[in-house]
Amino acid sequence: MFFLAEHRRRPEYREGITDQGSVAMGIGAWGLMTGVAMVQSGMSTLEALLMTLIVYAGSAQLAAVPMITAGAPMWVILAAAFCVNLRFVVFSAHLRPYLMHLPRGQRLVSGYVTGDLSYVFFAKRYPHPGRDAEERAQQQAYLMGNCAVNYLAWMVASVVGVFLANVVPLSWGLGFAGILALVGVLCSLATSRLRVVSAGVAGAAAVAAWALPLRLNILVAIASAVAICLLIEQVQGKEPGHG
Amino acid sequence: MADTDLHTVLTILALGVITLITRSFFLFSDRPWTLPHWAQRGLQYAPIAALSAVVLPEIVTTQGQLVQTWMDARLFAAAAGAAYFFWRKGVLGTIVTGMLVYLPLHVGLGW
Repeated sequence: MFFLAEHRRRPEYREGITDQGSVAMGIGAWGLMTGVAMVQSGMSTLEALLMTLIVYAGSAQLAAVPMITAGAPMWVILAAAFCVNLRFVVFSAHLRPYLMHLPRGQRLVSGYVTGDLSYVFFAKRYPHPGRDAEERAQQQAYLMGNCAVNYLAWMVASVVGVFLANVVPLSWGLGFAGILALVGVLCSLATSRLRVVSAGVAGAAAVAAWALPLRLNILVAIASAVAICLLIEQVQGKEPGHG
Repeated sequence: MADTDLHTVLTILALGVITLITRSFFLFSDRPWTLPHWAQRGLQYAPIAALSAVVLPEIVTTQGQLVQTWMDARLFAAAAGAAYFFWRKGVLGTIVTGMLVYLPLHVGLGW
């Protein structure tokens, strides 16, 4: 929970804020365009605000909004959102050993607020779970610093977008700033040869499998990239990647 | 301006639950349990794979079709952003450089 004083007083919290701050502008632009897109797709202002405040998952929101306005059955909308969010299931498996020292309530809140970039920065900063209480507290503070910036940048920009929906034309494509933020983070993760392979395989697979429903192409891409990298590791006799 | 209806609000609440379930999927159970070793090793390739899978289609496809022309602002903007990153590091500069290339091409020339 990123508002807790026990996190805020640690230097790792500020480190998290600085790191996530480097992508805040992209997140903001993306949030802004998500807010604009929801209203322009036919949601009411109140619905769009509730969507922003409750769902807090941009890609799932953008997938769900056209289905909601088209009157699709609720279970179809929920199944689609679940599939778009499946990558978070993978992230949660990764985060589990880092977070298990917390009581369940705090674990769930931590998971809920950890979006793509908070997870990516965290996994990059801490390759291994903390060994003692102090290290675990530092890691948690860093994660929450990231989440605080991510949450604020996204929420403020989305709400602005909802209210400015009729002023900002989608055709400007300001949302591309969000993609550029992801490009930057992607480059920062390319620290070993196999990771570059992973990015190449996943990108190609995601494009090739685009026709799959419910954005399942993303999951297919992650699975094939990881599988191929593990295979290459086996063949080469383990080249341990760092960070 | 569209009206708010109860069914949509219920759907939104349920979507919030989906966010919670997916983001915390492996955080619910208290029982001791660890990932198999191969999965732990595999996870170091997952973050970059997930990003690439989300990003690349947004840059090189339109409605699922590979772009047919090089006159697409996204290609140049992404290349400029990546070039900045490997030159100077820093994600903020990547965004700014990319958008400085993107906006004139996209809004100005309609690419």
